[in-house]
Amino acid sequence: MSDAVWILGIHMTKFGKHPDKDLVDLASEAALGALADSGTTMKDMGVLAAGNLMGGPAGIGQALQKQIGQTGIPTYNVSNACATGATALRTAIMAIKAGECDYGMAVGVEKLAGAGLLAGGARADDGGSWTPEGRYGAVTSLDGRIGTETMPGVFAQIGMEYGHRYGGTSFELFAKISQKNHHNSTLNPLAAYTKEMSLEEIMSDVMIAYPNTRAMCSANCDGAAAAVVVSDSKLKSLSLEQQRRAIKVSASILTTDPWEEACQVLPNVNTLTRNAATQAYEQAGLGPEDVSLVELHDCFATAELVHYDNLKLCEVGGAVDFFNSGATERNGQLPVNVSGGLESKGHPIAATGIANIWEICQHLRNEAGPRQIEGANVGLAHVIGLGSACGVHILEKAS
Amino acid sequence: MDQQRIPLVDYLVLDEPDHLIAHECTTCSARYFSRRNACASCGGTEFNDVPIEPVGELRSFTIVSFAAPGVAVPFVAGVVDCAGTTVRGNVVNVTPDPEHVTLGMKVRLTTFGMGTDSHGVEAVGYGFEPA
Repeated sequence: MSDAVWILGIHMTKFGKHPDKDLVDLASEAALGALADSGTTMKDMGVLAAGNLMGGPAGIGQALQKQIGQTGIPTYNVSNACATGATALRTAIMAIKAGECDYGMAVGVEKLAGAGLLAGGARADDGGSWTPEGRYGAVTSLDGRIGTETMPGVFAQIGMEYGHRYGGTSFELFAKISQKNHHNSTLNPLAAYTKEMSLEEIMSDVMIAYPNTRAMCSANCDGAAAAVVVSDSKLKSLSLEQQRRAIKVSASILTTDPWEEACQVLPNVNTLTRNAATQAYEQAGLGPEDVSLVELHDCFATAELVHYDNLKLCEVGGAVDFFNSGATERNGQLPVNVSGGLESKGHPIAATGIANIWEICQHLRNEAGPRQIEGANVGLAHVIGLGSACGVHILEKAS
Repeated sequence: MDQQRIPLVDYLVLDEPDHLIAHECTTCSARYFSRRNACASCGGTEFNDVPIEPVGELRSFTIVSFAAPGVAVPFVAGVVDCAGTTVRGNVVNVTPDPEHVTLGMKVRLTTFGMGTDSHGVEAVGYGFEPA
């Protein structure tokens, strides 16, 4: 297809604790790594999209440019919850598709090591008198008084709701999903945690929000990832080696949550993911049966289950049977989160939506080492940020 | 409204009996608990307040053991289907463990005092208890 956009170079840093590196250090490491991988320089880039969610300089893109190359190009600072990285990548892709440039770069970076529990906005002080405030006229903070605003709690309810609708879920089932991902992480040297965890260890770990124990929650950590994308016409002028390693972006989709009953009570992460998957398969001209591996947004073990269904990897309502069949294990028919997933690889929020694409590219380039999925030629990467935003990318190896 | 009592949120009406209300779009009947600028479903800008059924079915829950500072744990956060309108609320007056809290259990609205401010006004919260 003449208007295809390709990933020419991609890089992720080690995820984990980087006390000696600030946001710009990590972003620079990822960006310079992606440039080196692509065989280009900052001078080639026609657009930069940079994502960071949880603080740091207001313009992470410009701060990055001041370290690795101030070339005067348009730069977009992107913030879109846990879909920030995917949104940054899609921003660079759109600039190329619009014909504004031939090369673009997307970067996502976060420093979250030791951040602890991510909760909603709490009101610090109840004050001397009850005074209604905000859109609910609340006289005090509602977290813990009317439900929970913590991420482990919200996503626990999302998994439990699936169980209520279709049956078959249990604490043990969700823990087994986590066990699979922790097992996969033992083969990924860039993962924040690479320790095998038994089912018993996972289930007896500290309970955070039933049924999610600590081991079943995404790991807050530091990290960055970056990608260089290129137009189809420019790629044709590059070396055969660059063309061979280039990965085709067969679909790049971003959705938000359409209104449905209850969606403002408990976030509905299902419909927008299903919509994104449907659009992505259509744009790519592929179906779930064509996919070799999936990196999906397992921010919590309870979330991974519902996304088997939302991404159409199984029949509607069939996620429990699909998982129990072993299909999603790394030697199964459709391996999911062979990187270790957010639960063990880690979740430096804005980096996640590019890091999962890095993982897919490693396999499509046959460069994944001991965790290589043999014969991988199509991969799907998914992220979702509450609020909500969903990014789905389908990637194909060069034919 | 009772001058000495104030609801935790403005969609809790302190009356005989205490009950919840939603803002219902007059065009498409979408229901909301938050103050509205317009309807997120159809774009309509007119709403009527409608009462919510005080009984329902627990559609989902989590038992929160680890929360932000100042939030008492453990507690049961739930999502309740009240005759087709979904409501967020804690499940109260129940032992907070998976043996006592189950998906699909029948619950009913209950209200309770949450403390008195310096003017002697008591805030009143709501939750759902086993029916």
